[in-house]
Amino acid sequence: MSHSAAPTEHVHEPFLQHHFAEPAQQVDAAKIGMWLFLVTEVLLFGGLFVGYGIMHGKHPEAFASAHHHLDRTLGALNTIVLLVSSFTMVMAVAAAQAGKRRHLINYLIATLSLAGVFLLIKYFEYSHKIHEGMLPGGLYSYKGEAVPGEFMFFSFYFMMTGLHGLHVVAGMIAIGWVLRRAVRGDFSERYFTPVDLVGLYWHLVDMIWIYLFPLLYLIS
Amino acid sequence: MAAHSYAHAKKIYVGVLAALLVLTVVTVIAAGINFGSPSVNVVVALAIATAKASLVALFFMHLLYDSRLNALIFLLGAVMLAIFLIFILLDVEARDTVRPSTLRPPAAAAAPAPQPTEPAPR
Amino acid sequence: MADVLTAPPETGRRHFEPNYLNERRGILSWLTTLDHKRIGVMYLWSVLLAFLLGGIFAMVVRMELLTPKETIISADAYNKAFTLHGAIMIFLFIIPGIPAALGNFVLPLLIGAKDVAFPRLNLASYYLYVAGALFALASMIFGGVDTGWTFYTPYSTTTTTKVSLLTLGAFILGFSSIFTGVNFIATVHKLRVPGMTWLKMPLFIWGIYATAIIQVLATPVLGITLLLIVIERVWKVGIFDPALGGDPVLFQHFFWFYSHPAVYIMILPGMAIISEVIPTFSKKTIFGYKAIAYSSVAIAFISFLVWGHHMFTSGQSDLATAVFSFLTFLVAIPSAIKVFNWLATMYRGSIDLKAPMIYAIMFLLLFAIGGLTGIFLGTISVDVHLHDTYFVVAHFHYVMMGGTVIAFLAGLHYWWPKMFGRMYSESWARPAALLIFVGFNMTFLAQFVLGSRGMPRRYYNYLEQFQPLHVFSTIGSWVLALGLFMVAGYLLASLRKPYDAPANPWGGKTLEWTTASPPITHNFERTPVLTHGPYDYSPQEIGR
Repeated sequence: MSHSAAPTEHVHEPFLQHHFAEPAQQVDAAKIGMWLFLVTEVLLFGGLFVGYGIMHGKHPEAFASAHHHLDRTLGALNTIVLLVSSFTMVMAVAAAQAGKRRHLINYLIATLSLAGVFLLIKYFEYSHKIHEGMLPGGLYSYKGEAVPGEFMFFSFYFMMTGLHGLHVVAGMIAIGWVLRRAVRGDFSERYFTPVDLVGLYWHLVDMIWIYLFPLLYLIS
Repeated sequence: MAAHSYAHAKKIYVGVLAALLVLTVVTVIAAGINFGSPSVNVVVALAIATAKASLVALFFMHLLYDSRLNALIFLLGAVMLAIFLIFILLDVEARDTVRPSTLRPPAAAAAPAPQPTEPAPR
Repeated sequence: MADVLTAPPETGRRHFEPNYLNERRGILSWLTTLDHKRIGVMYLWSVLLAFLLGGIFAMVVRMELLTPKETIISADAYNKAFTLHGAIMIFLFIIPGIPAALGNFVLPLLIGAKDVAFPRLNLASYYLYVAGALFALASMIFGGVDTGWTFYTPYSTTTTTKVSLLTLGAFILGFSSIFTGVNFIATVHKLRVPGMTWLKMPLFIWGIYATAIIQVLATPVLGITLLLIVIERVWKVGIFDPALGGDPVLFQHFFWFYSHPAVYIMILPGMAIISEVIPTFSKKTIFGYKAIAYSSVAIAFISFLVWGHHMFTSGQSDLATAVFSFLTFLVAIPSAIKVFNWLATMYRGSIDLKAPMIYAIMFLLLFAIGGLTGIFLGTISVDVHLHDTYFVVAHFHYVMMGGTVIAFLAGLHYWWPKMFGRMYSESWARPAALLIFVGFNMTFLAQFVLGSRGMPRRYYNYLEQFQPLHVFSTIGSWVLALGLFMVAGYLLASLRKPYDAPANPWGGKTLEWTTASPPITHNFERTPVLTHGPYDYSPQEIGR
């Protein structure tokens, strides 16, 4: 256990909820809750990964041919953007824990900006695909396919990056909310749990992309 | 985590970020190398991704410093996903697969001469 | 000490003493509550309403089956009736059922806590339940769904009925379930009263905890499966549709990866209740505490390894079929261990046949039948003949209704005085229990015979030779319904009385009986101090 609050201090803490005896207990419970939620996200996305894997195995030539249409550079760039955003996020948490409010706010803003860059790059990628008609399933209208059936790759491409993108947006909203609270002065060395929890969520979003990038963009 | 000072934490995180960026480069390079069979290529890519994910989980998500329960929870989720994948793969690989491919986009469903599919006899 | 807790109180004065029911009044105080007890009560009324609605659909189905051809509705309407019966009962009643309604109320009390770990998440859970229910209702109002509750592709991705509405409703309900699971796991880990180690927890907690693990790990896969149905319907992505190169058996893998563990979400809480009721009404400590505790967790994990037994005849490979069949036999073992331990607990105990105990004993018989017939179905050579027949329908009704619903009734009667401060009428409870027992067996025993003789499930028309058994089953459903309405009647009637329940009407040894009936909002006047184990009955109490 990494926390050990002195038992007599808790009586005056405004953030301690009534059913917890000590702040450390509350923080531990919150983290357990967040990790459990992250596991549900792993399994939610995992289903899509499994589906992709099985379909890729079933139609290897179509998938191999289709993935060449993805821009590896943009994909790699997005990977780097998210990795750096994970760094800025964990620095935000460290700043909160050290009571450095200015640093906390700056790192949160940096994370938010990098997330925005990620979405911007995705916007360019999507625009190109939409323009070419490389769309999921029934919307697929690209005329230059080398192997019949490339549409299914794009079905998965849009489903997986789309769901991921939705999670990025949700993450940005959460980071924005934490940023607002940080500006308001809600956090201190004694209480920064929301920053910690949002950080955990954000790292998961990064982790999912760490797997998406090679599977969608690189493997042939 | 409480034992690390802010400056010390920053050093660790910068180091982890550097490692992650290096591994990203490795990922791209490795994708260009053919390791033999397609499945080996996939395994290599996933192994590198898992190394990156582990760094994120252990250091950025503090699993190395936190209660072991959190790590156990995360591992359990990963194990469940693995079970899901492995059993389905087991089934799909072991099925009678001698069928013509029916892969065809919905728009082309109205196209002339669709392939009739003979289900393999059980 | 014991006298203070069991002596009948002065009823007039108690009406004005604050408890969680009367402390804040008005509908808004309920809708914005963070009190786990109030949330549990709201869930209770909601799931019982869902049970009524699902039950009505069941009655319609059974009515239609009185004659071999059309009786009261068209074939299309029949398909919608059994689909909605299944979907409502599963997603709106039995999955949330015991954990959300009884578990929410009792879990913090049993561990000596003031609330669950995340009270706001708890309320959010309830609102998600309501939202999911509204989506399900909308799908009914706008024409219904005819795919069966299992939504098999490619029919579910191509039929014009309101599949998307219902699956989105189920998706939302899935998150309600996940949030409940997250809450309970965190609560059990962090909010137990000092001194209550894992092996000193009441077994109800072990059962709910194991259930919560399944809720968290399995439900997300249902989530993505349901999303994929909607996406396949709208955008024809091709993952499950063979005409597009997809794999319909893959859908079944996705679906059953959740839906098999889901049945353990249904039964584990029921077993958890039985583990509480039997020691209390045998005045004897539970036999094999560790075996029951660990078997709950074992069931939770093994349940993830057997889903393919729903797919023996659907095109799954022979290898997978064999593996799943073997693992299915394994999962029966921990359940059997529990049954033996419960029986051993009763042996040479001082049996008190109050309604909770009557239902608990009923559970033992009906669950044994249900569980054993599961083994029949897990045997490949037998399943080839019995799959998709009424044998399967009878099996799962024996475990889900004869098991979970009966256990739910046991728990409801057991904790009714604690929740509402009133004793229900024991003299009405007994005939109602008898009607339920007789009606249930009439309805479903006949279906084992129907199935083994070849009557397929979900069929609208059937061969003449099956009619007598169908008629017998339908009459049984009326007897069953009568019994259930009686229970509703006397339970609701008890609420019109003034508070008359003592703090510990049954002489139980767990912490919820050390506080008032109904409890104050903060549960305990002072943090409880553990002085004995959850089932520490002395020999004097057994009356030897």
